[in-house]
Amino acid sequence: MGVIDMTVQNLGLDRPLLTVNTLTKRYGIRIGCADVSFDLFPGEVIGIVGESGSGKSTLLSCLAGHLQPDLGRVTYCGRDVLAMPETERRRLSRTEWAYVHQNPRDGLRMGVSAGGNVGERLMAVGARHYGSIRDTATDWLGRVEIAADRIDERPSAFSGGMQQRLQIARNLVTAPRLVFMDEPTGGLDVSVQARLLDLLRGLVRDLGLSAIIVTHDLAVVRLLADRLMVMKGGRVVEQGLTDQVLDDPQDAYTQLLVSSVLQV
Amino acid sequence: MTAMIEISDLSKAFILHNQGGAVIPVMAGAALQVAAGECVGLTGQSGAGKSTLMRMVYGNYLTAGGRLLVAGTDVAQAAPRDIIALRRNTLGYVSQFLRVVPRVPTVDVVAEPLLRLGMHPTKARARAEDLLSRLNIPTRLWPLSPTTFSGGEQQRVNIARGFAHTFPVLLLDEPTASLDAANRDVVLTLIEEAKARGAAILGIFHDEGARARVCDRLVDVTGFTPGLAA
Repeated sequence: MGVIDMTVQNLGLDRPLLTVNTLTKRYGIRIGCADVSFDLFPGEVIGIVGESGSGKSTLLSCLAGHLQPDLGRVTYCGRDVLAMPETERRRLSRTEWAYVHQNPRDGLRMGVSAGGNVGERLMAVGARHYGSIRDTATDWLGRVEIAADRIDERPSAFSGGMQQRLQIARNLVTAPRLVFMDEPTGGLDVSVQARLLDLLRGLVRDLGLSAIIVTHDLAVVRLLADRLMVMKGGRVVEQGLTDQVLDDPQDAYTQLLVSSVLQV
Repeated sequence: MTAMIEISDLSKAFILHNQGGAVIPVMAGAALQVAAGECVGLTGQSGAGKSTLMRMVYGNYLTAGGRLLVAGTDVAQAAPRDIIALRRNTLGYVSQFLRVVPRVPTVDVVAEPLLRLGMHPTKARARAEDLLSRLNIPTRLWPLSPTTFSGGEQQRVNIARGFAHTFPVLLLDEPTASLDAANRDVVLTLIEEAKARGAAILGIFHDEGARARVCDRLVDVTGFTPGLAA
């Protein structure tokens, strides 16, 4: 935990946690994402919306270092993410960062028990006492509404929605500073989705967690994100305060997106 | 007296890109001031732009031109981050609609603005419970989510949430609509208390009695509406 404590002291709340400059990724002649720039501050949640193929997931993968962009810079706490050694980036992604994949199978170890999946992240930040790891894991399974008696089962025995909740618990248990989420609530029942939104808001409020959430659910971003970026064809066509972008959209595509939502 | 809201030469148009690029000018030359401890009521017929102006002050609608100072921050120019800070500390808004994360208990919905300011949860909940009881929300409803409440109950929960923190600037959109006489009186008393502690309030009140009781001045927005101004 020493590393985390040190960086918290080194970084004031008025300095960006993540700075992204002119990030561009091409797949051959096709654009994945182009010329994306923004700052993310501690305790801030940014939503990224746009239709399928608009470059949301490509952008998220580039930010987290899963994809190598062709151009641009990503700076985390003053460190160049794209230039850092692989070992350093992996250490970050086990400790201060978390990545919630759209498909829970990409973010879980399917051959390890539910408790083990959560406990593994704790051990990566230095937890060693078996009893307390198990207690923390049980507590977190409860927070995502997985019954304590399922702790020794493997994720392969869980439903898709339970796997997603387990993946979220595994990622949040170490109180990361920066969470990347790719359609985190997509496959969930609305009741569970509400519980997770409240959990995330609590973590943002109480621990100053920052998050970048890719989704196409405008209701989710309205409740969760402070700021919103709208992507189309790999480019950010509009960004601003979430409620302002949703209630007074300026770009033609955003106007279409907002007016296309079915009212419930 | 210090002006907490200072608006000058404010303008706005909506451009509807998907409807032939129609340009609808909705505001021009809007100007007003609200001092600390003062309540100013916006008047004008439906569609004249009362809610539009209120939403611009909150940063919910973008401004095309002019100045819009709220406690020293120019909302017309401020970065999203500065508006978020302004809304957390200084600028409260009671809209007509309650928008909450489902399944969150009413008492926590009301306490949330205080928790965001770092108040201890026990203290924040005590303040929330005090407001809920003043607004006659039965105790048995406090642990339940307000999403299933009646319209009037939701409105009172929204008011409790808006008054939980002692915001120096408050925007109130029809705070007494659809309330019975007793609850209307509680809300008007809350507004009077906020004024007494120095809050600057900008409000829309269709209820003439309410307007007469709490408003120090009225501003007719018809003069700010292109096409309506005679």
